[in-house]
Amino acid sequence: MNYQYVLQRLLLAMIVVLGVTFVVFMIMQIVPGDPARVILGPYASDESVAGLRERLGLDRPFLEQYLTWLSKAVRGDFGQSLLGGQEVAPQLWGRVGPSLELALVSLAIGLAIAFPIGIVSALKQGTLLDIVPTVFSQIGVSIPSFWMGILLILIFSLNLELLPPTGYTPISESVGDWLAHIILPAFTAGFVSASIQTRFIRSAMLDVLNANYVMTARAKGLAERAVILRHAFRNAMINIVTIIGLQITALFSGLVLVEIVFSWPGLGRLALNAVEERDYPLLQGTVLVFAVIVTLVNLLIDLLYFFLDPRIEYV
Amino acid sequence: MSMKAKPASKLKAPADESLGPANTLWRDAFRRLLRHRLAMFGAAVLVIVIVMGIFGPAISPYDPNGMDFADRFAGPSLEHWMGTDDFGRDIFSRIIVGARVSLQVGLVAVSVATIFGTALGLIAGYSTRLTDEVIMRAMDVLYAFPAILLAIAIMAALGKGIGNAMIAIGIVYIPIFARIARGAVLGIRNEEFIIAAKALGAGDLRILLAHVLPNVLSPIIVEITLSLAFAILAEAALSFLGLGTQPPDPSWGRMLSEGRAFYRQSGWMAFFPGFAITLTVMGFNYLGDGLRDALDPKLRR
Repeated sequence: MNYQYVLQRLLLAMIVVLGVTFVVFMIMQIVPGDPARVILGPYASDESVAGLRERLGLDRPFLEQYLTWLSKAVRGDFGQSLLGGQEVAPQLWGRVGPSLELALVSLAIGLAIAFPIGIVSALKQGTLLDIVPTVFSQIGVSIPSFWMGILLILIFSLNLELLPPTGYTPISESVGDWLAHIILPAFTAGFVSASIQTRFIRSAMLDVLNANYVMTARAKGLAERAVILRHAFRNAMINIVTIIGLQITALFSGLVLVEIVFSWPGLGRLALNAVEERDYPLLQGTVLVFAVIVTLVNLLIDLLYFFLDPRIEYV
Repeated sequence: MSMKAKPASKLKAPADESLGPANTLWRDAFRRLLRHRLAMFGAAVLVIVIVMGIFGPAISPYDPNGMDFADRFAGPSLEHWMGTDDFGRDIFSRIIVGARVSLQVGLVAVSVATIFGTALGLIAGYSTRLTDEVIMRAMDVLYAFPAILLAIAIMAALGKGIGNAMIAIGIVYIPIFARIARGAVLGIRNEEFIIAAKALGAGDLRILLAHVLPNVLSPIIVEITLSLAFAILAEAALSFLGLGTQPPDPSWGRMLSEGRAFYRQSGWMAFFPGFAITLTVMGFNYLGDGLRDALDPKLRR
């Protein structure tokens, strides 16, 4: 087995995470003027501004600041919130769960929509079964997720009164309540990512359907079902897994907005709160955790792809 | 190397030639585009949006910021086609005038992304392995952030406002252009016409601008169109979050967020701005898809 590929991916992920920490650190450095002054506002006394500068370490050399911040961050210490002075880390960990739950359910809904529709529209290319999904996926790519969320709340919560408009219940408290709260936000994010994935699955299927081995399978008299499932679909999967990986970052990006519309207590909403309060340590922590999660998920998918594709395995 | 400054002034000639009417490659593509129905639909939508953006204040039926407290929360009617908002302002007028913000942000943000991204991609694809690695790993890092979150973080540092939103959205899309430009360069860097130019003693800068750039233009043009769609969505998102356009200036994202507060009693306040965003983004997407088909006939099936 070619472990060099795995090592290479791991190394690349580590480099990316290191770069991510640097970008996140830079957030406070690029604040125009004196960050301490910006945080405290124009009416703060010079002494309190100087005090905050010292507390944030802004008076020390750039590289020293970064290394100190980094060495704390890798140990899970993101400093204290500027408001109230709470530790940032515990606030973050409470938000990771809901965000990941929403991400997973959205992804599942997205794939559950995209797979059957993508495959059918490839098999029935040019018919109504192909054109209608194409139109829908064009809408899905263009629709702002936050608008779609509002429309869904209007329809399903306010008019039909089927589902709660916003909020969250932990799955440990009540599975039914958790499900009722997660359906609308997960469908919103899932629909948008399904729109993109349907197109990719369709074209991946079209590619393999025109391949010689599919023609061979048909020529030797295999049933159409066996041709599609055993010969075409399994080979299309290889490309599809790669695309799903590429879509993960886009999915997380959409989640930020969906969380805000549905008051979902995840990292996205925490990031917006931090921006509104000019709470830079909290913002840095949130963005860092978010980006690291995305990088790890991408790494996981790259490795999964490696284990799925027998052509790499038997090298 | 003292030659470097001189060719720069001459550079424009060959690049322009390849775009001029004499060149049938571009003319053929244009003809194919005209036959693409969805692309023409997209273009028609965009013409309307652009007219709204340029002549907005002159053609809007009401003053977009004019308040009328006697007529708050009025539903769509013949007088107010899209109803009025919480200050009694005409929503249709605000949509017309709001087109300008969307287009401005889109154009500036995508220009930032195109110029920096393409330059970085060209350099990465054309220069040494080490430079390539450094540039592309930096792009990987920017790409690791969910786009909206990175834009929010940049806005948090630079401050609220529409100008900073343009910069933030532009930075977020730099990696996409860098990847496309680099990929295209790698595809042609060993072609004979590049080797011939080198043999004739052309400098790196001249080769990049006069020989490489015109040949990687078509994927970049397609990406510009599709990125305009993304940029308009991103501006709407930032304004929706209260980070972009500041009141009372109308922007579609801003109006959507104001409408959100009142969606229980007057759903139209949130409906129409969202509809305008969706339609405009769809226009750019259709045009982009059409351009891709027109510029790369090999991909058509």
